[in-house]
Amino acid sequence: MSAEAAVKYVTETPESEVTRVAEWINTDEYKEKNFARQALVINPAHACQPLGAELAAHGFEGSLPFVHGSQGCASYYRSTLTRHFREPAPAVSDSMTEDGAVFGGQNNLHEALENAYTIYKPKMMPIFTSCMPEIIGDDLTAFIKNARNKGCVPEDFPLPYANTPSFNGSHVHGYDAMLLSILQTLTSGKQVEGRCTGKLNLIAGFDCNTGNYREYKRILAAFGIPYTLLADISETFDSPLDGTYRPYPGGTKLDDAADSINGKATIAFGTYSTAKTFTWLKDNYAGKHAAMPVPFGVAKTDALLLKLSELFGKPVPESLKAERGRAVDAMTDAHQYMHGKKFALFGDPDYLLGYVSFLLEMGARPYHILCSKGTKKLEKEIQALLDASPYGTEGKIYINKDLWHLRSLVMTDPVDAVIGDTHGKFLARDAKIPLFRFGFPVFDRVNLHRSPLIGYQGAINMVTTICNKFIEIGDETCDDRHFEMMR
Amino acid sequence: MSESSIKSVEGITKESTQEMIDEALAIYPEKAKKKRAPHLAPNAGEGACVKSNRKTVPGIMSARGCAYAGAKGVVWGPIRDMVHVSHGPVGCGWYSWGTRRNLMSGINGVNQFAMQFTSDFQEKDIVYGGDKKLKQLLVEAHELFPLAKGISVLSECPVGLIGDDINAVAKQSAKELDIPIIPCNCEGFRGVSQSLGHHISNDTIRDHIIGTREFAEPETPYDIALIGDYNIGGDVWSVKPLLEEIGLNVKAVWTGDGELEKIAATHKVKLNLIHCYRSMNYMCRVMEEKYGIPWLEFNFFGPTKIRESLRKIADFFDDTIKEKVEAAIAKYDPMMQAVIDEYRPRLEGKKVMLYVGGLRPRHTVNAYADLGMTVVGSGYEFAHGDDYERTSPEMPEATVIYDDASEHELEEFVHKLRPDLVGSGIKEKYLFQKMGIPFRQMHSWDYSGPYHAYNGFPIFARDVDMAINSPTWSLVKSPF
Repeated sequence: MSAEAAVKYVTETPESEVTRVAEWINTDEYKEKNFARQALVINPAHACQPLGAELAAHGFEGSLPFVHGSQGCASYYRSTLTRHFREPAPAVSDSMTEDGAVFGGQNNLHEALENAYTIYKPKMMPIFTSCMPEIIGDDLTAFIKNARNKGCVPEDFPLPYANTPSFNGSHVHGYDAMLLSILQTLTSGKQVEGRCTGKLNLIAGFDCNTGNYREYKRILAAFGIPYTLLADISETFDSPLDGTYRPYPGGTKLDDAADSINGKATIAFGTYSTAKTFTWLKDNYAGKHAAMPVPFGVAKTDALLLKLSELFGKPVPESLKAERGRAVDAMTDAHQYMHGKKFALFGDPDYLLGYVSFLLEMGARPYHILCSKGTKKLEKEIQALLDASPYGTEGKIYINKDLWHLRSLVMTDPVDAVIGDTHGKFLARDAKIPLFRFGFPVFDRVNLHRSPLIGYQGAINMVTTICNKFIEIGDETCDDRHFEMMR
Repeated sequence: MSESSIKSVEGITKESTQEMIDEALAIYPEKAKKKRAPHLAPNAGEGACVKSNRKTVPGIMSARGCAYAGAKGVVWGPIRDMVHVSHGPVGCGWYSWGTRRNLMSGINGVNQFAMQFTSDFQEKDIVYGGDKKLKQLLVEAHELFPLAKGISVLSECPVGLIGDDINAVAKQSAKELDIPIIPCNCEGFRGVSQSLGHHISNDTIRDHIIGTREFAEPETPYDIALIGDYNIGGDVWSVKPLLEEIGLNVKAVWTGDGELEKIAATHKVKLNLIHCYRSMNYMCRVMEEKYGIPWLEFNFFGPTKIRESLRKIADFFDDTIKEKVEAAIAKYDPMMQAVIDEYRPRLEGKKVMLYVGGLRPRHTVNAYADLGMTVVGSGYEFAHGDDYERTSPEMPEATVIYDDASEHELEEFVHKLRPDLVGSGIKEKYLFQKMGIPFRQMHSWDYSGPYHAYNGFPIFARDVDMAINSPTWSLVKSPF
């Protein structure tokens, strides 16, 4: 600014102008402008690949996630996971800085491997990348080979590694890439012709609900099916408080993971967050393989139980039959509080598919369905679910749109509730509707990750949460004459 | 009112602390041990007793963030009437979205923008560059958020590595859209911690903002700016009324609940009051050199330091301010004493360890002392020598000081010292709680606050008391 320029004073935006714009952003005219955006992304509902990679890495015994890149990245992933689970998320980074841009990150990687191995005594360090090494083109294969030759870690120490560029895909793809590499590394040379562990291998997909993992285990125990739950974060992120800190409180045993290649069968849930892993294991793992949707609602849980029954030649146990009946009972008892209600939905592809099928089973209407990182295939798959139900006819799918788009949608074409994660709280508040935090992350409620959403029990939990909220809203907002004892 | 800080702790000597440090480092590989040793030391009482602001040792599990975090999370992000664009891939902006608790007035998306704006770089942006996309998104942001007073462009790692010229784009777009657009080259790989992000951001305020506005109302001798308060949990809303009560006009706040144009006119104030020295001392020095504005560090944690600081502030002004300061102290002291009377009996003699950033590892020491508690270890994620110089006199003799501590070092020190409370960040919180040690997040006030000034102290005291004395701790030990 030149000294001769006229003095510019501090201005205050007039109240009337604030009011005008506050109303304008709720209009159809604004929605049109908002949807015309080409470059700016506002309030996306997805994170970057390395976050998912870290989640997968936490799911194994003694496993210390290792970020090859800037240290700030590692701090962000760790903070995010810790805020959601309210549990420690120990992970290291090799703290690349400016000189890494010139010389590459090999020295950092080697020094970090030696330090982390010595100080934190892990049994495995899954390595994944953030932006910097991806851009400068670090050759992880060579770097890791050199690290072993130099003796940074013992010759046979498992160092799975995955390229997880943040400018490609989302956290669910990072999960897939890391999990694939971990399984490839651990099972390498472990296939034994004719050996069968007799076990089911189960992959939950990118799922930050520890209750779901425990629910899978409970279902398998009821069946009497021996299993290996791969990338099992249920103990890692739901560990006891007993006065001792354990950096590696759980996770799939490395031996079990190694032997999983000789399994009797493998089920991968979440066809979007386990796509690459499944493609690989189907060609490499012994036994039968099935890729299945995350079992939200009754029908998808039925399909899972039938699949388990078929794979292991066991009948569906009586206890689970009774549980199914109780879920149907709970849903029928509560149907009147959800029937016809319109929902806005956002989240990861696999969870979104689950929300849609569950809502349709309840006679509720999935209305605005948004995925901020999705594909045409996902759109088709959701559309097929909608087409199969009279309650799906009005549902509209928005792929690669963000939560600022969703705000325009709920303000111009209202719904009764939103299902998503904490990031939806602003638009839900503006639209004066409840937000059900079934997705990831949840930063503003306690213990929700302990409450399962999958299986029959999950369906009961979702029905209970949703219906009681609607009833509560009725109680809080009705006039005195309609404030009744019974609902 | 309580006495000032405690100067020695029974059982802690220079030798015992050094022994504890040596034990913690014993398992390190030689090179790492050599690098880490100068960052850990017994408090010498004066000067900086540890080395700081050096590269993190790779793989030690540091808690540090990056330059982008310092720019987005700390300096620029809290300015409420601007659109802050996280320029690059989707993650950085997503992780830092709403996670610092710098609260804001206004209507979200209308005249307040606590949102996540990003250029969401894809592969093609890396290959072909993101300048065109940036130019386009600035137009869209201006159109969709017409009341935004300006736009900051905060570079993430890829931007600097692929050689984009955000400065040229910002310059041209600012002209075309007729609003300030501030390019900030705060790529995460720059420097060694958040700290360089603060510095870079201060420089961009210097280069693009300061002096571009003036206050419309006439100047008074009592015009001041509140610098380095980020309104965590509403801190500014506790501090500002107190400064007004003592007769000062708070013309601008940097940057908690801040407003761009007021920040731009700060060169017209008579005094800069700085709370977080680390993140904002750069601009205080610039304003001193360029505009002759003096600056004063103060501490609004706990009644002892608040009283001291108010009197220090009063010394800059005439008797009317001095009288108002004494009146305020006379009014609040009994209220604070009541707080102390309530909580001190339950907290007397309790030990605290701190590991935070900015100003808190030293500024809160005396607030604990007000409650009868002793800080037995303190350190910073991203401090410089001048921070440690300021810390030594606040801490008891020979207590451990740690710079850029690793998780292992913290765990070892806590094991050895068995404090009754650890005050640190989210990444550390549950580790220590699993150990059975009460914890408060001291970056975010653990979803509570404010902690600053007289309104903050009762909340601080309550929170510390409930962390330490929660009955859930008695359940940790199982009977079987």
